[in-house]
Order: sequence, then C-alpha cells, then structure tokens
Amino acid sequence: MSTQPIKFYQTGTFTVGNRLLESSERAVQSNMRRTNSLNSGHRACRGCGEALGARYAIDAVMQATQNRAIAVNATGCLEVFSTPFPETSWQIPWMHSLFGNAAAVASGVAAAMRVKKREHVRVIAQGGDGGTTDIGFGCLSGMFERNDDVLYICYDNEAYMNTGVQRSSATPPAARTATTPAVGKHPGNPFGTGKNVPLIAMAHHIPYVATASIANVRDLEAKVTYAMSLRGARYVHVHVPCPLGWGSEPADTVKVARLAVESGLFPLFEAEHGEITGRYALRRPVPVTDYLKLQRRFGHLFGKNADPAAVAAIQAMADRNIEHFGLLEPTQ
Amino acid sequence: MLKQIEGSRAVAEAVALCRPEVICAYPITPQTHIVEGLGEMVKTGELEGCEFINVESEFAALSVAIGASAAGARSYTATASQGLLFMAEAVYNASGLGLPIVMTIGNRAIGAPINIWNDQSDSMALRDAGWIQLFAETNQEAADLHVQAFKLAEALSCPVMVCVDGFILTHAYERVEIPTQAQVDAFLPPFEPRQVLDPAEPVSIGAMVGPEAFFEVRFLQHYKHFEALRLIPELAAEFAAVFGREAGGLCRSYRTENAETIVVALGSVNGTIKDVIDGMRDDGYPIGALTISSYRPFPLDEVKSALAHAKRVVVVEKCLSVGAGGIVSADVRKALAGTGIVTHTAVAGLGGRPIPSSSLRTLFERASLGALETVHFLDLNWEIVNREIARMKGQRRSGPTAENILRDLGLGAVTV
Amino acid sequence: MFQVRIHGRGGQGVVTSAELLSVAAFAEGRNAQAFPSFGSERMGAPVIAYCRIDDKEIRLREPVAVPDAVVIADPTLLHQVDLFNGLKPDGYIVVNSSRTPEQLGIAEFTNAFPAGHVCCVPATEIALEHIGKPLPNAALLGALAALTGRLRIESVVAAIEDRFSGKVAAGNAAAARACFAAVSSTATSEKTASLA
Repeated sequence: MSTQPIKFYQTGTFTVGNRLLESSERAVQSNMRRTNSLNSGHRACRGCGEALGARYAIDAVMQATQNRAIAVNATGCLEVFSTPFPETSWQIPWMHSLFGNAAAVASGVAAAMRVKKREHVRVIAQGGDGGTTDIGFGCLSGMFERNDDVLYICYDNEAYMNTGVQRSSATPPAARTATTPAVGKHPGNPFGTGKNVPLIAMAHHIPYVATASIANVRDLEAKVTYAMSLRGARYVHVHVPCPLGWGSEPADTVKVARLAVESGLFPLFEAEHGEITGRYALRRPVPVTDYLKLQRRFGHLFGKNADPAAVAAIQAMADRNIEHFGLLEPTQ
Repeated sequence: MLKQIEGSRAVAEAVALCRPEVICAYPITPQTHIVEGLGEMVKTGELEGCEFINVESEFAALSVAIGASAAGARSYTATASQGLLFMAEAVYNASGLGLPIVMTIGNRAIGAPINIWNDQSDSMALRDAGWIQLFAETNQEAADLHVQAFKLAEALSCPVMVCVDGFILTHAYERVEIPTQAQVDAFLPPFEPRQVLDPAEPVSIGAMVGPEAFFEVRFLQHYKHFEALRLIPELAAEFAAVFGREAGGLCRSYRTENAETIVVALGSVNGTIKDVIDGMRDDGYPIGALTISSYRPFPLDEVKSALAHAKRVVVVEKCLSVGAGGIVSADVRKALAGTGIVTHTAVAGLGGRPIPSSSLRTLFERASLGALETVHFLDLNWEIVNREIARMKGQRRSGPTAENILRDLGLGAVTV
Repeated sequence: MFQVRIHGRGGQGVVTSAELLSVAAFAEGRNAQAFPSFGSERMGAPVIAYCRIDDKEIRLREPVAVPDAVVIADPTLLHQVDLFNGLKPDGYIVVNSSRTPEQLGIAEFTNAFPAGHVCCVPATEIALEHIGKPLPNAALLGALAALTGRLRIESVVAAIEDRFSGKVAAGNAAAARACFAAVSSTATSEKTASLA
C-alpha cells in the first residue's frame, strides 16, 4: 500500500492563519508583521489574481531578506494599478522601467549592489506574461544566461490584460481574447501555438525554476522563500486569474486558480539546474470542464456551438501534464 | 601621459579614469574597441570597483545601465547606428527618469541600406530624446568630453551622449594626452544620486504620469537643458584649469574675424575645414569656421552671436532629414532668424563618403561668390542617381535600388 | 606633411602597418595620424590604410589622395586597383615582391620616378624567414624607412616592440631591420632597387 504524506492543513480549513499550525508553518500572510509590500489603495480590479500574487510573493521575499530587497517592475497591470500618479502602493524600493527590460534593469540593479558591496540587498524583477514571455523574452534569457543574481517573478494571467485583453504567447489554446476572437472555424487562440517559459527557464540550467499558484499560498511562499536562499538567476511563474480578461466572477478567483492546478492544466513543480526536483501531487484530478466552464473566455466551447473536440484536446493537454510531471505519483 | 593610440582606446582609458561602477556592452561596429578595452581593464584588475556585463542586445545594455544608475552606481555604455535605434525606447526612458548615464556613440550611418561607416544620422535620430549631445572634433576631445560628461550628467541628473565619428576618430591612431587619475579625481567627485533605490529609504521610481502632470515633468527636462547651456561653458573652463587644455564648451570660432562666409559643422570634419579655411585665407578669402560642440542643448544665442557679422553661412552636415533637408542647418537657421544672413545646407559624407578638402574648397569658393544653392549635396554622383530614376520610370519591377546602383558602379554581383 | 598610403588585402597587417608607422613617428616626437579605409571586412578583400606624419598638428580627416609614398603589400592588386592614384611625381613606391618592376609590368610607370624612389622587396619571404609567418608589414616598414629616409629604423623597431612582445616582437623587428639594411645598401647604386 503506497502512502503519501499530506500536510495537516489540507485536511482542515484553508485559512492561512490556521491556529492549529506552528507559527513557523503559518503563511507569511498570516503574520501581523508582514511587510504588506503592496499596500492597500492600489487600483486593481475586484478579484484581481495578480494583486494577490504580487503581495504574497513580495511579502515572502521581504521576510526572507529581512526587508532588504529592491523590485523592478515591467510595464503592465501590476505597474499601472500599483502606482497611479501621484500615489504609490509600494512600501519597498521599486522601479518601473519599460515593458521589455525588467530582467535587464534588474540585472543592472544587482550589478550596482555587487559593485557597492551591498549584496545583502536582493533584487526582484517582476512582470506579467506579456512582459516576460514575449517582449521581455530576450532580456529574460540574457539574465538567465549570465546567471545574474535576480529572482524573476512572472504573474501569468495569460494575455495582455492592461491594454484590453490581447493574446500573448502565454494564452492557452481556444481562449478568447481581443485578438483571437471567438469567431470563425477555429474560435479563440489557435492550438499548437504558445511557449512554456518555465521549461525554457529550465533549459538555461539556472539554479531554480518553479511554478506556483495563488490558490496555494504556502506553496508559493515556500518556493519564493527557497528561491531567496539561493544566489544566481531564479524564476518563479505564478498563475493568476484575471476576472476581467477571463470572464470569471471576481469572487471565484482563488477557486479558478485551484481548478487550474487540480485539473493538471497548470502543474506545480520545481526544478534546479534543469532537473525537476519536486511537484505538487494531485489527490484527485478534476476534469478540465470544471475549470473552463467558470470562464467566459472559453464560453464558445460550450452551449450552442459546442466544440467537444476542442475540449477533448484541452483535456488531453491536462492529461499529458499529469503524465509528464508525474502529478498522480505519490510524493516522496 | 602623451600616447599615440587608437581613438577608441583613448576613450576607454578616459572612461576608466572616471571610476565607472557598471559598464554594460553589446558589440556594434565601430564602438567595439572601446568596450573591449574597458572589458579587458576590468578583467585584468586595472579598472577596479567596476562590474562589466556582456548583455544580449543594445536594448539590454541601456536597460542594465538604467537599473544600475537608479541603484546609485555610475554607469556607462556605448553604441552606434542600429544599436542606438534598438535601444530607442530606453533612451527616452533614461532621460525621462533623469538618470545620469554617459553613453558613447560611435557615429555611424543607419540602414537600410546597411552601412558601417561614419555619418551622424544615429545621434540625430535621437536628438529630441532629452539627452545632452556633445560632439568631439578630435580624439583628444573625445577623451576629454567623457570626463566632462560624467560631471555634467551627475550635476544635472540628465544623461549625456558623447558623439565620436566612427572610423574617422574611433579607429584613428593619433596623439592623445591621457589624464592622470589625480587630475580626474580633482575634477570629478563621486556620484551623489538625486534619487536612489535603497531599502533604507524606499521610493517608487517610474510611475505612470497622466495629463495632469506629464507636461510639467517633460518641461523640467527642457529646463535642465537650459541649465546645461550655463553649466557646459563653466565645466569647460574648470576642465581647462585642471587639465591645462581646452575641450568642449558650447561652440568655438576659428578665424571668423571679418569673415563674410562662415562654415558651421559638428565633429571631425572641422579639422579638414580648418585646413581649407587656412588655405583660402592665404588666398584672401574672408572666411572662417564655427565648430558646434554642444548640439543638445543647441546654443542658439552663442551661435547667433558667433555668426552675426557674416553675410552667409554654410552648414556642412553629415545627416539628412529625408523629405525635409538639413538637420543642423535647421537649428542654425533658427538661431539666425531675423538676421537676413543666408544659410546654405551642404549635406556631405553620408554613409562614410570621404569629404575631401578639394571638394570643400570648391564648395566654399562657390559660396563666397554667392553661387551656391540653398541645399547642396556634396560629391553626389548625379549620373548614377539619374540612371536609377530613369530605370524606375521605365519599369515597375525595377529591382532593389541599392543593388542596381552597386551594379552600375561595378561593385555588385553580375547578373546573368 | 608626409603622407603614406598602404595597399594590401585583409589579413596582411595593412592596418597595423599604418598604426606602427604612426607610433614610430610619434617616437621621434612628430605628429602622426593613421587610419584605415575598410572595404568589406573579410580576409582577402582589398584594404587600404593611411598614415600622415607632420611636425605640427594634423587636422585633415580625409583619405590620403596625394600620397608621398605608396606601399603595396600584395602585388596581385597591381593592374586590378589603381594603387598609384595621386602619387606625387617625386613620390616613393615600395612593392612586396621578389620580382622586378619590369617583371611586374609596371616599369614604364615606375621609371618616371626619381632614382632610388622605387623598390621591390620580397617582404613575405623575409617575414617567413624571421617570423615564420607570411606577414610582410614589418619588413615593408623597414623598406619604407630606408627608401624615404623619413624614419629611423630604431623608431620602427621601437614601435614593433611596443605593440608586440616576446618572439613575435623579435621576429618582426628582425624582419624590419633586414629589409631596411637590404634596401639601404642597394638604394644608392641603382635607378630602381630590386632584390633577387
């Protein structure tokens, strides 16, 4: 009989400050003394997954570095809603440069810290999928290749949301966006396109790559914390639902994120120097339709012009992930 | 120490003396020898306290400099032509954020057609981006301007481009007095940033600014350039006091006393112009020259007073605003507005075409006789041009123009 | 002002020659300017480099149109490119070849020059002997110094030793000296100096 250790909190409430846990095991977010790096007052939409992801990730960074970190932000939703002139909701040193160069600007900040012998001050670069997988891809690869001491965090909401929901190379197949409308013979984003940046990051053999989701705060925090214990180029790719762009209910953001993970469509894993070192096992995978049906961007797959073949293809993608990453294997 | 060295090497040594902290570089002809020189100095330990980063594109190069500068490090990079355009977004970003980065431009033509030789189109393409643009006449001045540039940039919190004619200066061996570290230290204090990313005092840099404030932010950049008009001559005077020679400044006149015709130019061509002026003065022509050293900010008042007594001005420029004509001459005309002085544009040297002293002599003689057209294209091969025009008129599928012309000149591949 | 134009092909050290010439002149306290004119940047393509030497500041920034001396590092360029364009009537010619001007087919042209102003030297062979590589530039500089009398061989050697080190410097210096000596000894007696 195979066994799998399960974490205590999984059997109980999902509350981050679960009083049944040792304080060291509680989430950073449950800590009254958390930095609240992304403070309230920002202009994010109701139910914004990225606002959650950024707060979780950066607070974890700040705890891990004793509040000594500098963040460089690409243009995008996060940058726009967090700094509406003349206000800023950042409580940490923060810089916005351009859309495609967050990784390079962060490399520059890291170089400055090295040359000034202040390497205890750590550097984060962050951007959305557009700024990371597309226009920022060259600079990202450069940062990886040089092994610059930067943690790059990508908040992936699977399209260029800030500019009106246009397709990016992170947009999943069949998804409706403004530039892949749900019309014609193959509505939505074409199958057979897109790129998997976590796998590409692994191909650079950098010290650490991980995928994470806002549905699992502790996992995200643990990964970010571990990343900050390392030096060199590190990459964390966080799945963040966008109610506006995905057509989901703002109150469903965390649920949608969880379903992405539980269906196998967004596998959670870690890798070091190009080798997978861990993954989040699924106790019971859910069918992709549970996930897709909550989002109007996939609405055209159901209803009057239903496309069961497309849904089956998406299910096949999830099944492939489960197989490839061993998501049903017991963790050891 | 007086050395006979390559211009690029002189620039590298001057930059190294300025105690840069972060240098990032992406190679592009004709700047490569500068960054290679600096890279070597860092690697051997000759240049200490400096991080040298090989980046994956020019866009990344300036981005790294932006990050480093915002974090309080004295930052430097170099590029040319296509590279400058590739980083164009970052160029505006750096000046908009007020980061005192110094960047060498090894002036080179912009393609298409692809061309690695000298003209000044690249710097001109970014003349409105808010960077201070200084042009070097000699390799001595190229080295000296970098020392002044760091001080100027940091005093104003405004980035500075030092423009050095590609190949003509960058690849020329000539004598350059390389300053001592003590001299540079006496002139250039450590970098004190106006804004810095520091966990001890968190700030947000680079926020979006809407209609209610953008105009004021942009105007303040313009204001900095007026401050630069005042500061540049001051720095040049201070430089002369510390280093014992002239370099930089806004503009300088050569034999313009009683000149009826004055020739205006940027960069190395001024050397040839001065030789021609001497020859013509010997032959009795009342002619002189004005070298503009600071192109941005453009010293309208100084240019006007330098040219005020002339009858006519000939602007020899290594750039062309396609569809509109001269670029530098437009600025000169602005300076001379209302004076009645005739300004001629002479577009020369595009794509590295040599500017022979004989051609300049003929040009200036014609100008002196009042026989020069308003816009003149120096040594343009009209026969080749007209042949291609006729070809284009003759058939729709006339083929790529560049290849046709190369074939006409016997330089291209022969078609069967 | 003394102006030199050096013609060759990529890989023969033409650009380095001009630079070394300028450093040699600098060593003698003179002003010098050396710069290349690139054709296309590949081995074997024609390359031209220029050097100006003067006692006052050199301000001119154009290719050398009226050289006082032309050095030809690769004789295969003869008859293909107008290597002698603008050469002053009392100018100097150094050709890297073991053949004579007659054999090269340029005698009719070179005979018009004053005696002792033209020489053909087997610089490549001399280089192979002293350096072990077919890089004729140092030898040609030795020949130029001897032919024109405008530079001391010690200055040329100093420039070589400043740029190179160890065996490379020694070999190039020896090649330059050898060529200098050979050209010096024949220059006085014949109309054109040519070494068998």
